[in-house]
Amino acid sequence: MTVLLLAEHDTAAIADATLRALAAARQIGSEVHVLVAGSGAGAVADAAARLDGVARVLLADSENYDQMLAEPVAALLASLADGYDAIVAASTAVGKSVMPRVAALLDVMQVSDVVAVDGPKTFKRPIYAGNAIQTVTSSDATIVATIRTAGFQAAGEGGSAVVEAVSGPEPAALSEFVENFTVTSDRPELTSARVVVSGGRALGSAEAFERLLTPLADALGAAIGASRAAVDAGYAPNTCQVGQTGKIVAPDLYIAAGISGAIQHLAGMKDAKVIVAINSDADAPIFQLADFGLVADIFTALPELTAALEARAR
Amino acid sequence: MKIIVPIKRVVDPSIRISVKADGSGVDTSNLKMSINPFDEVAVEEALRLREVGTASEIVVVSIGPAKAEETLRHALAMGPDRALHIETDEMPEPLGIAKLLRAVIADEAPDLVILGKQAIDDDSNQTGQMLAALLGWGQATFASKLGIEGGNAVVTREVDGGLQTIRVGLPAIVTTDLRLNTPRYASLPNIMKARKKPLDKRPLAAFGLDTRPRLTVLKTEAPVTRTAGVKLASVTELVERLGRAGII
Repeated sequence: MTVLLLAEHDTAAIADATLRALAAARQIGSEVHVLVAGSGAGAVADAAARLDGVARVLLADSENYDQMLAEPVAALLASLADGYDAIVAASTAVGKSVMPRVAALLDVMQVSDVVAVDGPKTFKRPIYAGNAIQTVTSSDATIVATIRTAGFQAAGEGGSAVVEAVSGPEPAALSEFVENFTVTSDRPELTSARVVVSGGRALGSAEAFERLLTPLADALGAAIGASRAAVDAGYAPNTCQVGQTGKIVAPDLYIAAGISGAIQHLAGMKDAKVIVAINSDADAPIFQLADFGLVADIFTALPELTAALEARAR
Repeated sequence: MKIIVPIKRVVDPSIRISVKADGSGVDTSNLKMSINPFDEVAVEEALRLREVGTASEIVVVSIGPAKAEETLRHALAMGPDRALHIETDEMPEPLGIAKLLRAVIADEAPDLVILGKQAIDDDSNQTGQMLAALLGWGQATFASKLGIEGGNAVVTREVDGGLQTIRVGLPAIVTTDLRLNTPRYASLPNIMKARKKPLDKRPLAAFGLDTRPRLTVLKTEAPVTRTAGVKLASVTELVERLGRAGII
């Protein structure tokens, strides 16, 4: 079994999601190749070649792939598919856009959001916002799958693969990049952070969200998350959304502040090791799965918690 | 311009489902069913394009059992012109759905197809992308803003690092994120009117396509559930417990 893994990168480093998807790829097949696409991605390809468990790196050094638009990247993957038993990517915005397109080009069904690899063609995946787990087996000749990365450990270094240049078909001009609006942050990345502090609608405003959650996140070295309600209300950017249709996180510690705990939110964080819920409503569903619950007004409890953590650090 | 909006009948998002004890699947009998929320956003977006004069005709399509007609009537009450119901009791996988939709699109020749980014039952997030690939069209997934300029769809997409705007030549596939719009409620007169709107029915077999599943579900299990822990009396106690557990 040879597996091709699509890498995501920013031309400087490989994305954490890809490092985690590599762990799943190694469980699917004994030999893993990594595709690095984009102009000026040579350094990233070299870094991929040093990853533990990577047998070969394919480098498609072309500006056609700079924004990872679905049409050219899917065409590239489909053109490389021959000889691979499985083609996988992390379940990121890029993976979710590109991989179903690859699957359709190959006339196979994709397995979305793999959370466990039971065999080369048998996988576990969540349905109904994680309220049920299906075990599925594919009858297709080539497996196309996206990996939900929260449950897999990032691969480390320890390999010495060769880097081979590849090229894809000249893309049809179906879509073009206009601009990115990127939310930058010095904080840990939400999907790989050890601690996540999340705020809900109860925070009431973007100003309160920032004022109450930022110092707490600073004190814990945490990433900041949000419920869909808080994002819809404009308190936090969409990049913060945790849940069924947002980001899936599994940190060591998840603090839910002013989040009631809709099914869709729980789907994104219920695999955290320890969950703390702070909410003024003692009947909020979030308390049904929180390890530590505090029925309190977040406007007093959060500053108090921040002060206590800062005092402890001193 | 003509817009097609495929929609799916799913268990209502407010319902917590349960898994059958024998592991054979999710028990959906007697549950409240609704239009997939992302698809409702797609219908709304098509209506807004018609209201500004960009779109002239909106067709909703659903693939599913007899009761999918209720879902199509619900959508029609929001405002689309007509509906197509592809009848089947065996729900195809996204690849099969995409093949059926490709056949519909060959007949209807729309300029734009707007779909929900995922159905909240199987959470696959595949159909739009697969349909785009089968048609050889451009795609814009996870749209939070959509405009039509000349022969292009200009779409702002919700991506992991923020927002990305792309330009896709028409005809194109757009899949919706929830923040694209807030769908309208159908008024009572419009619900009455929707009963008389054209709704064409075709059996799935009439398409002559192989939509047999490629994936076999071996079992369906309930996830490992968490139980409620302890309620603490104060922030001081919380910090003390987290410290004792070695978390902070």
